[in-house]
Amino acid sequence: MKNISKKRVVATTGNGAVAEAMKQINPDVLVAYPITPQTAIVQDFSQFVADGAVDSEYVTVESEHSSMSACIGASAAGARVMTATSSQGLALMHEMLYIAAGSRLPIIMPNVNRALSAPINIHCDHSDSMGARDTGWIQLYSENAQEAYDNTIQAVRIAENKKVLLPVMVNLDGFIISHGIEKAEFIEDRKVKSFVGERKPFLPLLDVDNPVTYGPFDGLGGYFMEHKKNQADAMERARDVILEAAEDFAKISGRKYGFFEEYLLDDAEIAIVTLNSSAGTTKHVINELRAEGLPVGLLKLRVFRPFPAKELAEALKHLKAVAVLDRALSSGFVGPLFSEVQTALFNLETRPKVINFIYGLGGRDYTLHEARKAFEELMTVAKTGKIKKTLGYLGLKEVEVLV
Amino acid sequence: MEKCIEVRWHGRGGQGAVTAAKFLAGTALAGGKNIQAFPEYGPERMGAPIQAFTRISSAPISIYCPVENPNIVVVLDETLLDIVEVAKGLSKDGVILINTLDDPADVRKKLGTKKGKVYTVDATSIALDTLGKPIPNTPMIGALVKVTGLVSLGDTTDYFTESFSKKFSQQILKGNVEAIKRAYKEVRGE
Repeated sequence: MKNISKKRVVATTGNGAVAEAMKQINPDVLVAYPITPQTAIVQDFSQFVADGAVDSEYVTVESEHSSMSACIGASAAGARVMTATSSQGLALMHEMLYIAAGSRLPIIMPNVNRALSAPINIHCDHSDSMGARDTGWIQLYSENAQEAYDNTIQAVRIAENKKVLLPVMVNLDGFIISHGIEKAEFIEDRKVKSFVGERKPFLPLLDVDNPVTYGPFDGLGGYFMEHKKNQADAMERARDVILEAAEDFAKISGRKYGFFEEYLLDDAEIAIVTLNSSAGTTKHVINELRAEGLPVGLLKLRVFRPFPAKELAEALKHLKAVAVLDRALSSGFVGPLFSEVQTALFNLETRPKVINFIYGLGGRDYTLHEARKAFEELMTVAKTGKIKKTLGYLGLKEVEVLV
Repeated sequence: MEKCIEVRWHGRGGQGAVTAAKFLAGTALAGGKNIQAFPEYGPERMGAPIQAFTRISSAPISIYCPVENPNIVVVLDETLLDIVEVAKGLSKDGVILINTLDDPADVRKKLGTKKGKVYTVDATSIALDTLGKPIPNTPMIGALVKVTGLVSLGDTTDYFTESFSKKFSQQILKGNVEAIKRAYKEVRGE
């Protein structure tokens, strides 16, 4: 028991792990607005403030639109700024998300993935973060509490790197990870402190000797398009920075990260591509199916923006068939992750057949049974070389539809 | 694959099933195991039937869905037997532990299953004697430790004292430890 407390191996919720990372990062400003299932993060942080465990200015606001606005102001002033949100909260701050990214402000924001209304639902799906795909934020995804903690710490280094200067969203599954207790290992405070360093703001508003303007009008005769191209280039440069941050992080944690994790993928013939906690359950089923002699594997995507298309195509090109799991809908077409994966594979000389499953909307369980069902369908596609249906649903109940 | 032990807890809101699920996980973690603990995320209110889950394994646990085939089922409130199918999915060599005055053989008739081994303990009376309140979660942990050997009795009482020494008075701490020990002694099998 004594050794364990030295290593700081703890039983924690995902929210608790994220709050711990925030405490160790000790941002200058923490903007808080509560929303299920994220609330515990800013609640824990308010305790850290009350206990004097952090030096942060804790700003409470009246909505998420205001919380992102406060983040933008504080970040432009030169502060290291964090907030956290979920679902409707992320949706409400939508227009401000573009302003944060377009103003090149390295704000860090954990987003605890939750469905969007209607009908009202507080449980996990990825509709919120997928809706923010084009806002210009870097998006990282986390399978479990450990990864949510690790991603939050790495996010600071990625966001504030001068080659990048973009906001980062760290996603974790609502309730499944945010409220479930599991084992995680926390790094020593001093190591995290030295890993994240101090923010060295580029052209901060509070540098009164070098006055600058943020967010002015930039119309027809201006450079709007060049600004946007510049912003897109920064997102491109984030690729190397994400890998560099991961390499340095491995030195203090012993845990390795890249754009994605490959699980028994090398010698697989069929594989699932997915995000967040469903990857864990899929791994469990892969172990069972491997024991039955089936060549199955997994690619768990960690970095959704920038999208690692080239690397992903390289990792998947040898497969016969791939199923992409989407915990979000894009009514009228396929799931959002499927679109990206299919695009990444399109220009390969030979490429796997790709099918799409929508799963887990509004927190519907993704159990071992659903994972097996996806692999069964993949086996049929691999055997016949034919796709019967591109888009399917996992775990759907049979119901009578009125309208 | 290393075997992962899965526990499903049935209780009513306020009886401490979720706390018990977390506590068992914490004790196992302190003993070097990998763990998970989580409630079923439904509407939570006093007296309503609730479920919680604990997973314990020597190998890392990567599964993120509710327990469907528990090795161990713990029922904190016997009135649930009439309204919840507590033995659902129980593995063949499973254990089902129930808070009741009745004998295991009588409870088995009520359960309507031949699966697993049934154990009973009068956790409510133990809680009333030791704590003065009918909160059966700590005695149920004592009984569970005896029946399953998942963790040792000493580790359990040590961990309890360590975890709750800030939250509870010395008297309540002692009462709980006594409750764990008494249930450990009094639990009955078939």
